[in-house]
Formats: sequence, structure tokens, C-alpha cells
Amino acid sequence: MSREDAAITFDGVSKAFQTGRLHVQALDDINICVKPGIVTGLIGPDGAGKTTLMRLCAGLLVPETGKIQVLGMDTVKDPLDIQSSIGYMPQRFGLYEDLTVMENMNLYADLQGVPGPKRPARYGELLNMAGLAPFTRRLAGRLSGGMKQKLGLVCTLVQPPRLLLLDEPTVGVDPVSRRELWNIVYRLVRKEHMTVLLSTAYLDEAERCDEVILLHRGRVLGHAPPSFFSEKVRGRCYYVQSSSMRKRPLQEALSSREGILDALILGRGVRIITNTPTLPDPLLPDTKNAIQVKAVEPRFEDSFIALLKDRALLESSGVKGLSMDRRADPENSGDVIVVRDLVRKFGDFYAVKGISFSVKQGEVFGLLGANGAGKTTTFRMLCGLLPITDGHLEVAGMDLRRAATAARARIGYMAQRFSLYESLTVLQNLVFFSSVYGLKKRRKKRRIEWALSAFELEKYRDVDSKTLPLGYKQRLALSAALLHEPDILFLDEPTSGVDPLARREFWARINALAESGVTVLVTTHFMEEAEYCDRLVIMAQGEVLAAGTPEEMKARFATPENPDPSLEDAFIGLLEAQESRGTA
Amino acid sequence: MRLKGFVKKETLQIIRDPSSIAIAFVLPIILLLIFGYGVSLDAKRIPIAVVVEKPGPETNQFIAGFRRSEYFIPKHMRTIQEAMKAMKKAQVNGVVWLRENFAREYHRKDSPPISLLVNGVDANTAKIIEGYVQGVWLNWLEQHGLQNGIHLKIPVQVGYRIWYNPEVRSRNYLVPGIIAVIMTLIGALLTALVIAREWERGTMEAMLVTPITAREIILGKIIPYFILGMGGFMLSFLVSIFLFNVPMRGSFLLLLGSSSLFLLASLGMGLLISTLAKSQFVAAQVSIVVTFLPAFILSGFIFEISSMPWPIQAITHLIPARYYVSILQSAFLAGDIWKIFIPNAVALILMTIFFIGIIHKKTRKRLD
Repeated sequence: MSREDAAITFDGVSKAFQTGRLHVQALDDINICVKPGIVTGLIGPDGAGKTTLMRLCAGLLVPETGKIQVLGMDTVKDPLDIQSSIGYMPQRFGLYEDLTVMENMNLYADLQGVPGPKRPARYGELLNMAGLAPFTRRLAGRLSGGMKQKLGLVCTLVQPPRLLLLDEPTVGVDPVSRRELWNIVYRLVRKEHMTVLLSTAYLDEAERCDEVILLHRGRVLGHAPPSFFSEKVRGRCYYVQSSSMRKRPLQEALSSREGILDALILGRGVRIITNTPTLPDPLLPDTKNAIQVKAVEPRFEDSFIALLKDRALLESSGVKGLSMDRRADPENSGDVIVVRDLVRKFGDFYAVKGISFSVKQGEVFGLLGANGAGKTTTFRMLCGLLPITDGHLEVAGMDLRRAATAARARIGYMAQRFSLYESLTVLQNLVFFSSVYGLKKRRKKRRIEWALSAFELEKYRDVDSKTLPLGYKQRLALSAALLHEPDILFLDEPTSGVDPLARREFWARINALAESGVTVLVTTHFMEEAEYCDRLVIMAQGEVLAAGTPEEMKARFATPENPDPSLEDAFIGLLEAQESRGTA
Repeated sequence: MRLKGFVKKETLQIIRDPSSIAIAFVLPIILLLIFGYGVSLDAKRIPIAVVVEKPGPETNQFIAGFRRSEYFIPKHMRTIQEAMKAMKKAQVNGVVWLRENFAREYHRKDSPPISLLVNGVDANTAKIIEGYVQGVWLNWLEQHGLQNGIHLKIPVQVGYRIWYNPEVRSRNYLVPGIIAVIMTLIGALLTALVIAREWERGTMEAMLVTPITAREIILGKIIPYFILGMGGFMLSFLVSIFLFNVPMRGSFLLLLGSSSLFLLASLGMGLLISTLAKSQFVAAQVSIVVTFLPAFILSGFIFEISSMPWPIQAITHLIPARYYVSILQSAFLAGDIWKIFIPNAVALILMTIFFIGIIHKKTRKRLD
């Protein structure tokens, strides 16, 4: 394809930002050429430079070096001409929450110069496609997360653009809305011959794109159809199961084995990527455990991990033993957390509508659900941060209403966005949190040293935590939550925003903790992450839709056409079942 | 069509957002009521202790001078100790002490027969007490002399006439002055806040990637808030005239014209702040320190500019409210005085051009 036909071309584009003393090279010598009429996915973890690239395309930023052409126009010379022919949805979708659905659409139609007579037909088409037709008079702020996202998309489409730029449109959206969003995008591409550039941090979305640009730390690692990436690791992906070994020790054993690039818990077994197409033999040094191995289809994520590890872009060496010097308590392997008919109201609104579940000691237990499902509210009640409206709640054998302080001393909590003091150094943060937990003298010193070494934070000890890479911030937050050796660890969306590699490392640590007897309760909206849990509940609109092991959930939705459904399929199935119950 | 759409959206937001209505209408009314009813810089009915050690006809006559006055509430005390105690407890603001030798000493024209103790914490009141006691004293001397057939020769007689505000009501200049503060609030604080909110919520980014021009965005923000600000002005104007009976001696049209000029300058400041501050918190802090407080303190609305030290006086020239307060006070209390109106109006025009000019130059449809 000649560069003249391309929808977007980048020629040696670099862009850096200066915040205080910190110099961030957001994009470094980017050369890309986006084809017209297809969906191109811009894929990479947080901080890879996706948003910067999007904003450069929209003419919101000016490149430091290099040249960008969008639809044949220069972004520096004619930004206004470009802005008249593209649709752009920023991460927070640019809706006015105090305007209604219709008023938002009218605003964008006015700004895009859509003539009045043309509007009714276009509006009707878009609203039907997005399922928003019954809600035109509702304030945008009162829509659910998924509906807001769809309205944001609709607003950028009132004037059919030639190029659509979508910056992380699927972040934090439930799987059903996510699937609908993708359907809308594809319908538009086919019908209106639109070019779409869409950024995402979800690697599983890559497979839905026609082409993929893989971005990592401001550089392009590859630009090709997704199958091209997967082909590279074809024959190197296997699924390992053992009847005698539990999944966590199996994963630990496999990930430390020479010749194995990556080992990831999936369902009851472990999915591995090998360095070469030949499987290391024997797979495990000791032969007393029976294992079954079968070759599996490569996924996009496999190739991403392989690509990064092959290029030695990883500096971390895996996880050291996280032996917590804790008092063993093997007798008490009963329920550590008991929740019965738990209710929380905010005014007239039921955030949590009478849920029940229990968690055993040493279990990794997941609360899964989209934004607004009631996960965080449940969590805050469990931690004693929010009083309960009704029901029964027992944490570590204590009733939180009476012994909140005593119960809190036995739990560790890692909040969303990590709650670190960003202007303090790593060491100062640890010292501060250890004092908060009431650690004194020798124990305090010992625990801080433990945190620095077990989490490999030693080299960053005097660095301001603001400037830490996201993965290290996460480590620091986790280590701070573990300083007082809690029996129960609460993790609220612990991995949102960190890249897949940091996420793997994080889970390796969590697994090690669970093996040493710590009970872990985690909320997440990443379906793949739910695979790590022993048991989980799926929540929607304050209710528990299903509870059980990941395998049980998936088994419920196995059909002849789809014998091996993913957890996401199960989730969508549950939500649809609930909706049909609601309308019936 | 783009500008119309933008203004329509802004109007809907103002109507739906209780905080804009609060800043534009509720806050002005509260400020007006506080300054109209609550704050008074006139010292009246000041409690004062009077200690007469040896009552006699002379002293009675002297004390009567205080009792007749509307400025004092005299309280009789037996001893100076008692009066001092009352002063320390802040029950009285001053002590007039007529010693036992008042009548005798006065005849001898010897040492000062009256002691006056004044609580100087509130300098304003202290000055009034001091001046008034002297007035009573002179008055009494004169009266007393006449009674005894002595005509006291005072070489210069002062004839008072208070112009523009004959009743010397502080309300008459405070209420017009507060209009400047209210307009600053709407013009600068409210606009800075609403634009910062658009940055915070990410809607500004979406706006920038539409065919709308930077000029249309600026106009789209100025037009609705200009109308809102003029509404605030009308409200304050009506309250001043009809509730507080402030006289209106100048022409309404001139006042309206200069008010719109000042409002434009304020909007300019608000927009300028919002191009720098992209969070509501910072925008509120900056606009309060840079626009609201100076409109209060440095505009001559409460504190007289000519009695400030010269560096501060120089700074007041940078405050648009200063020019507007001069116009306001002269328009309400004195009438159309062109010598005041023209230079102040010119200053406001220059400032408006300056602010809007900078914004026009600075506002680009870019994020860096």
C-alpha cells in the first residue's frame, strides 16, 4: 500500500513531556501507516503512549520531531480541517452529565454542522444501534457505565466521520456492553467505510481487530494482523494439568523450569509457553506427579508475552519466596469470612441487595463484576470502612459491628489506585505504614527490611513513590498492606492499569501468600484474572448472580457449539439470564 | 450554528447546576443583606463609662452633652477602678473621668480636669470617641462661658455641610460597592470554575476535537455568563434602591454601560485563570486570591485607597474593581461626573481589551 492512501501516517514522530524534574519520553521515533477502511487496534499497557498517539492524531498535541498526516492533512498545519472530518472519543468520553441524551447529541450535531433535516434519520439509526432510543430524555449522568460509553460513541458519530479515534473505549465496561460496542464499531466500518483506530489495554481485544499496532514504552513492537503475532508462538503453547498437584504449586514448579517462558493459571491447570517448539523433557524434575499435557491454540497474549520476553524487555527475574514469618494456624481452616444477607442502602438506592457468601482460610476468593455492580461497597463493609445497613458480617471470627478495631488489626487492605503518599520515598512510606499498624522497634525494622527485599524495592528505597513505575507502585502498596502480617488480605482492583507482565508477577506473589495460609479477597473486572481465584462470586446491580469455582461457572454455559466457554462467556450468559428475568 | 449550540449547552448547564445559581443569585443576596444590614462602619451608641467623683451643676451639664448624643450610651460609675474593670471586660469603649476637683480646677484654668481613656483596639471607634469628647468639651466650654457672661473667642468657626451622603450612612456607599464584589464573583470565579470543570471531566478535550474554533469557545463561554452577570447586577441594583433606599443620582444608562465593561473585564480574568488552572480546586483558589479578595480590600470599597501606603496604592491600579467602585459610588451618590466617569471607564476598556487579547492569543485548540 502506498503511503498516500493511508488514513494515518507517522514519520519519525517523538514526543516527550516534562513534569517537574521528571522527563517522560511518551513516544520515541514512531513510524506507522494505518490502512483505511479497517479497524486497527493500538494495544499496549498503561503508560505505553497510546493516549499521546491518539491526541497527536487529533491535532491536540504537536509532535517534537517528525510529521503526522491524517487523511492526507498535516496535523500541525490544518488541525481544524482534520477535526472536521474525524470523530474522537477521549477516555472519559466527553459527555455532559447534566444534559440529556438528546441534548448531548444536539450539541455534537451543532458543533459538527449536521443540517437539521438530516438529523432525525441519523439519530434514529444511531440510537437504535446503541439501544438508547428509550432513554433520549434521561440525563447522561444517570446512565449506566456501558450506556454512557455507547452515548459517547454515538455523539462522535452524529456526522459520519471518515476516521474514528477511540481512546480506550472499553475500559471498565461490563462484558455485555463491551461486546455491543464492538458490534457497533464493526457495523459502521462495513456500512460507512470508516477507518477506526482504537486503543485498548485488554490484550484479548486484539483478536477482534483487523490489524494491531503493539505499543510498549513509547515504541512500536509490531504492526500486523493479530494472527501474524499468534503464528510466531504456534506450537509453543501447551496446557498442563495434574491430578495429584494443585494448580498453584504446579504453576510455581513450571514457571521456574528452564525452557518455559511463561506459566499462567487457567481453570484447573496451567497454560505454558515454551522457549522452543519442543517441550522440555521431563516437564517436571520429579516424576511422582502424574501430569497431562496437550498442545493449545496460541492466543494474542501469548505472543505479546513471548515478544517482550524474547526481546529481554523484562528486567525482573520472577518472584522470590514470600515466606511470611507468621504463626501457623493449621487447625483453623474453617470459614474466615462469613457474609449473610448483607444489605447496604444509600438513601433509596440499594447498592448491595442481600448477598451471602463465605471464604475459607488460605483461599483466593474473587468478587467479579462490572463498574457499579456493588463490589467496592461490599468490600468497604468487609473492611469495616462502611457501616452495614442490614445482615450479618463476620471477619476473622469477629462481628465487625462490635470489634471493628480488633478485626482490622488482622486484615490488610490495598485500595484502588494504591493509596500511597506520593511525595514520600519508598522507605518513608514503609516507615509510615508500619507506624500506622503499630509496629515497634525490632519488629518494625525487620518487617521493613522484609518488604524491601521480598518485593525487590531495595534499589528504589530513596526514590519518591510518585516517580516509581506503576508496577513498582503496586508492589510497594502490597508490601505496605502486608507489613503487619495480616491473616486476611483485601485487594480492591489491584491490577487495573498495570501491564500484563506486572500483573503476572503480582499474581505470583498473591499465590505464594495464599500457599502460606493468607486468605485473599480480591475484586476485579478482568475476566482472565478471575481464573486465579479458587472460588468467586459474580455480582451485578448489587446481587450475586452466581457463586462457585471458575470451572463450575464455565461448565454451566458449555453448549455443543461452544464446548469450552471462557469465563467472559459465562459472565455474559449470567447477565443476559438476569436481564430476561428482569423483563419477564 | 456551532456557537449557538455551544451557548445553548452552556445555558442548560447553568439552569441545571445548582451551584451556578447559588453563586449568581443566592450569594449576591446574602452579601447584600450582610453589607446592607449587618456591617456598619458608623460608630453609634458606643457604651462609655462616665465617672464623676464629685457631682455638681457643672458636671451635670457636661454629662448631659453625652446623654443627648446618639453616639454614646453613657454609664455612670462610682469609682475609676470600677470603670477600668468595665473597660477591661470590654463592656465600655471609653472612660470619661471627671475628678473631684473638676469645678475648682476649671475655674483656676490649671491642669487638665478631664481624663479620657479610650480603648484603641478598634482604631476607627477610638478616633470617633476622641473627636466627639473634644466636641462635647468645647461645646460645654462655650455654653458655660455664655452663662457666666464670658464670650469665648474662637477665631475660626467651622461650618459643616456633608455632601453626597448627608446622613453619613455607611450603607449608602457599602451597598453600591458590594456590587463590584458580586460581579467579580460571577464574572471571574464562576467562569473559572465552570471551565476548570470541563477540563476535569474531560469534556473540554472532546470539544477541542470538533470543528469549533477557539474564538467560538471563548465567545460561547462569555455570552451566557455575561447575561448571568448582568442579571446579578440588576438584582443587586434593585435591592440597593428599593430595599436599602440608596439614592441613585447618576444616569442608569451610564451605570449599565460601565457595569457591562467591568463584567467583561472580570470574565476576561476568569477565562485567563481557567487557561492556567485546570482543576476546580486551583481555579477557585486562584480566582479568590487574585480577583475576589482584591475587589474587597484594594478597590476602595471598604478601605480608602488614598490612605494606603504608595506601593499598595500602585497595586490598586491593577485591580479592575477599583475603577468600577469609583464609578459606582459616584453614580449612586453624586451623579454623572464625567471627570470621574471617563478616566475610570477608559481604564476598564483597556483592561478588558488586555485580558480578552491575551486569552485570544493563548487559547489554542491544543493540550500542550
